[in-house]
Parts: sequence; structure tokens; C-alpha cells
Amino acid sequence: MCPLKSGTPDPDPWESPLFTLAAPLTVVASAEGEGGGFHAPSITDFFPPAIFFEGTIFEFNRVMLIRVIMTILLLAIFVIAARRAKLVPGRFQNAIEMILDFVRINIVGEIMGEERGRRYVPMITVIFLTVLTFNISGVIPFMNLAGTALIGLPVMLALWVFVTYWVAGIRKHGFGGYLKANLFPPGVPKPIYVIVAPIELLQILIIRPASLAIRLMANMVAGHIMLVLCFSATSYFLFEAAPALKAFGVLTFAGGFAFTLFELLVAALQAYIFGLLASVYINLSLDEEH
Amino acid sequence: MDVTTLAEVTGNIGTVGYGLAAIGPGIGLGILIGKTIEGMARQPEAAGQLRATMFLGVAFVELLALLGIVAGFLFV
Repeated sequence: MCPLKSGTPDPDPWESPLFTLAAPLTVVASAEGEGGGFHAPSITDFFPPAIFFEGTIFEFNRVMLIRVIMTILLLAIFVIAARRAKLVPGRFQNAIEMILDFVRINIVGEIMGEERGRRYVPMITVIFLTVLTFNISGVIPFMNLAGTALIGLPVMLALWVFVTYWVAGIRKHGFGGYLKANLFPPGVPKPIYVIVAPIELLQILIIRPASLAIRLMANMVAGHIMLVLCFSATSYFLFEAAPALKAFGVLTFAGGFAFTLFELLVAALQAYIFGLLASVYINLSLDEEH
Repeated sequence: MDVTTLAEVTGNIGTVGYGLAAIGPGIGLGILIGKTIEGMARQPEAAGQLRATMFLGVAFVELLALLGIVAGFLFV
């Protein structure tokens, strides 16, 4: 048997080119060919079989379960922190306040400034914490799948940002004024507007929200695939490969461990970047001059 | 004429495509982060602002590499 051949005999689980982006709830049952060979991670990992309501649009699978658990966890932490809030914070409250201050000062404050940003602090905080929590589930043992690794959740968050910066811009400049400020930036020679205006329109309509969503999802997908690759290689080398190859198992295990730490960093970084870009986009809508 | 296959590579050329797609962002990240470090060394008091701006730039550059991943899965 060829050691580097995927053991899953799936014919072609993604016939439609829209399989990942348009169908976050579609379940492609991955044929788990147990035993023998090395299992390369594949995109089917992200479409586990349904737990209940199979075949309906409310289909509930492992990813949904992870999302529900992480939501409850996040809410529980903050409800407990809010209930026990004291004037002189203890260690737990201190940690929570540090996170909230980080969002308020280092993300929103830095980009929008204290005064303008005050209105958007709650929104950016919710986005930051949501992304952080769902990202972290990717490295929690027995969950091992980031809630944001399917496009549905990132798209929802990106749409929220999209609606917010449009509403903010229209409220400030009026619909025509907002479009004019964005599509026709001052200081550009007149004929160049033929090129600049469509690009800018594409930018505010599609590229900004799509890049927010794709960045988050692709990061989590790539991270998960990297971890699975390391640990399934470890399992293969340790339990199935020839004795001479077993030493490699230690190497891949160390790699997997390092990548787990790296994924923790990426989880926090992506939450930071999502919040940062959201505030940058809102701030761009509020600027007088583009 | 009989063709004897001595060695064979299976898989998808899309993988190579992703490798190519990672070159550009790699160079971009190198320049971006290197320049930020340079700026921090020259002016340590501006480090916080430089870092925030760097991450903004990193997000845009990194997106190109990530589009490579997504395109690899989409257009296979």
C-alpha cells in the first residue's frame, strides 16, 4: 500500500463548485475508511454527518454543536463576570476587564478615536469575542473544529459590518453624499474616475465584506488541516508504519504541538484583525474626505 | 508505440497553484514586517501604532494567500 495515499474512498464529494461557499449546512458524509494507511485531511472534515433533523434546513451536526457549546461558554463567562462585578476587581474580573479594555482602547480607540468610536465599542466587542471564542474551539481537545471554519458564521459577521458601515456612511453624508465621497475621491484627475469609481464601488459592495469572511474562514480551515495532517501522521507513524519510521512520529507530534500553539496565536490574531478591519471600514465611512 | 511509465505523480495541479499563490504574499509579508521592524527600531515610541498598522497591512497581504487556498478548493 502506498503510504501517502488517502484512505477515504470518496468518489467526489464536491461536484458542485459552490460546495463550500454556498452550502455551510450541507453534510457530505465522509466515508471513514478505518484502519490501514494514512488518512490525509480533506475538506469533508468540515461537513460531519448530521446528528438530528437530517435533510431539513435545521440540520444539526457536530459543527453546530460546537457553536452552541462555545456560545453557552462565552455567555456563561460573561454572565458570571457581570454578576460578580465589584469595585475592586478580583483576578477573574481583572482578566475580563483587560479583554474589554483591549477592544475599547487598542482596537476601536486607536482607529476611530475615543469620541467617534464610543458608539461602536459594543459592536466591535461582540465581534471580537465571538470570533475569538469560535476560533479557539479549533484547538480545544474533543472539539478540534473551529466554529468559524464554515463560511456561514463569518458571512453573518461580515454582513453585520457591511450593514453597519453603509448605515454609518449614509447617516453622516446622505446616500448620494456617501457614494460621492467613496466613488469620487477628491484630488483625482477627472478622466481617471472612469476607472476609479467602479473599483471603489466593487470595494464597498463586495470586496470588503467578502474579504472579511474569506480571511477568517480560510485561516481556520488551513489551521485545522495543518493540525489534522500533523496528528494523523503521528498516529500513522507510531502505530502502523515500519519500525524504522516510528521516530518520525515523535517529530510530527512535536510539529502538531507547535502548530497547536500557533493556532492559539492565529485565533487571537484573527479576532483582532476582524475587529480592527471592522472599525477601519466604519471609520472610512465616517471620514469627511475619503 | 508502447509507452512505459517509470514513475507517476498523482494528485492535483491545483496544489502547485497554491504554492505559486503563496510566493507573492510571502514577499509582501517580508517587506511589510521588515519595514515595520525597521520603523520600530528607529522610533521605539511609535511601536504601538506601527504594530496596529502592520497588522492591517498583513491582513490585506495574507488575504491573497488565503484566496489561493479557497480557489484551490473551489476550482479543482
